[in-house]
Amino acid sequence: MVNGMDNRKAKAFQIEPSDNVATALTAVPKGRFVLLGGGREGLFDAAEDIPQGHKVALCPVKKGEAVIKYGVPIGEATEDIIAGQWVHLHCMKSGYDERSSGLDIHTGVPSDIAYTGT
Amino acid sequence: MKLTDWKELTWQGYLRAGGRMGIRNKTLVVYTVECASHVAREIVRTVNRPDVEVIGFGGCTDNAYAIRLLCSLVTHPNVGAVLAVGLGCEYTRADRLAKAASHAGREAAHLFIQENGGTTLSIKKGVEIVYDMLKKLENTPRASMGFGDLVIGAECGGSDFTSGLAGNVVVGKFYDMLEEMGGTPIFEEIVEAVGLKDILLRRAADEKAREQLACTYEKALAYCKSVHQYSVSPGNFAGGLTTIEEKSMGAFAKSGSKPIRGVLKAAMTPPGKGLWLLDSTPDPHFMQFGITNPNDNEGLMALISCGCHLTILVTGRGNVTGSAAAPVVKVTGNHDTYVKMEEDMDFDAGPVLEGRASPEEMAEALLRYIAGICGGQRTKAEKLGHREFCIPYKYQDKEVIVRQCERSI
Repeated sequence: MVNGMDNRKAKAFQIEPSDNVATALTAVPKGRFVLLGGGREGLFDAAEDIPQGHKVALCPVKKGEAVIKYGVPIGEATEDIIAGQWVHLHCMKSGYDERSSGLDIHTGVPSDIAYTGT
Repeated sequence: MKLTDWKELTWQGYLRAGGRMGIRNKTLVVYTVECASHVAREIVRTVNRPDVEVIGFGGCTDNAYAIRLLCSLVTHPNVGAVLAVGLGCEYTRADRLAKAASHAGREAAHLFIQENGGTTLSIKKGVEIVYDMLKKLENTPRASMGFGDLVIGAECGGSDFTSGLAGNVVVGKFYDMLEEMGGTPIFEEIVEAVGLKDILLRRAADEKAREQLACTYEKALAYCKSVHQYSVSPGNFAGGLTTIEEKSMGAFAKSGSKPIRGVLKAAMTPPGKGLWLLDSTPDPHFMQFGITNPNDNEGLMALISCGCHLTILVTGRGNVTGSAAAPVVKVTGNHDTYVKMEEDMDFDAGPVLEGRASPEEMAEALLRYIAGICGGQRTKAEKLGHREFCIPYKYQDKEVIVRQCERSI
């Protein structure tokens, strides 16, 4: 048990064998989780807590290398990523959408437009 | 059941002049300017029948796109009768709309509020006209139809991490089955193909389709850059999607695996059977691209304007919407969402993620559910009275113009 979450139920799903990330089907606390799909089902270790629906790295990804999901690049690493790390806006970026790199990593909310009253 | 057995399955449709068949026999009351909307809504409210619905266009100045959309809806295969309600002084003409419906063999009439002495008298006259139409619709000829006769549209609304893993995957398998049975699946959202140009082009059925897809892709990318907006929202990011490329792959899964015959524009009937992409994004004109596409209902309306008998809305986070003119089947890949919003969600594709069913098994279950809806069973949205619609101002070409973007292919 970590942070009140139960590791025995922690699951993530890898879509294609070539993917270097998997998607957390449940909240995955730091530690052991079950990896499903992708042809290499088994136990795997999360290096930190992974929120449900978010991605966990299945192997190291060097800065500038492609993050692969669905068997295709979905963006590139903006720092060296270690196996088991949470992969999101803080360590990878889109090849197209520049705005997304400035969003809050937890809420996805933009900060580039000021909400100022009169 | 084998696919060949599903192909033989039939239900009783409504036969329209010209041979098209519908799965509903609806009466549309159509307002042609916001000033006429209250009268139109009151006519529908007074008649109070599930298949009598209001749609309309709020602008006084007409717009070729909106007129094309209205014309396609008043001649939609699910529509048997049309009452067009105008104030009288607007550009969009109620009489011409009724004439278009009448030419297509529909029961059709129009009224101008200014000629009928105002609100109360116009509502009274409209109600009488609709009752008369409903009586005539009782004699609409029936004909047997099957999956090979169906045009179905699909789009996403409120995606989460399950959409690309379960919801859209199951719809994609269903689309493969529909195509193999001779039906016509249409998928939307070219803006959710950003990052997938090569994957998209590899799916082209022939060189012409490839040109259309390349051109439409480049336009969508230019559109996203121009409006500084990619089709990904704060809720998507918070839910774990990090890039538009990632969301695109999840969204594109709903197209299945069959060759794409070409690109449709709004209000365009597919030129043949098989899988088509609908481009509902604005085309460049003197006001650049204009505003961004407004909402999910507008996307559903664009699909329905291409003659979709029914649409599928895939939603991970949950959605409640329905549509005028054609039933909406809401599919979620998120079992928790299904449980939380069971009143609204038609289909739970979640068992795929729990390893309790394969995508193929779930696609067959979806096929069975949709056969029931085509046979007259009501969707969740229909039961709850959802009949939303959205027809905005937009600038869009009538068909894909390839010469605009030869340079980028």
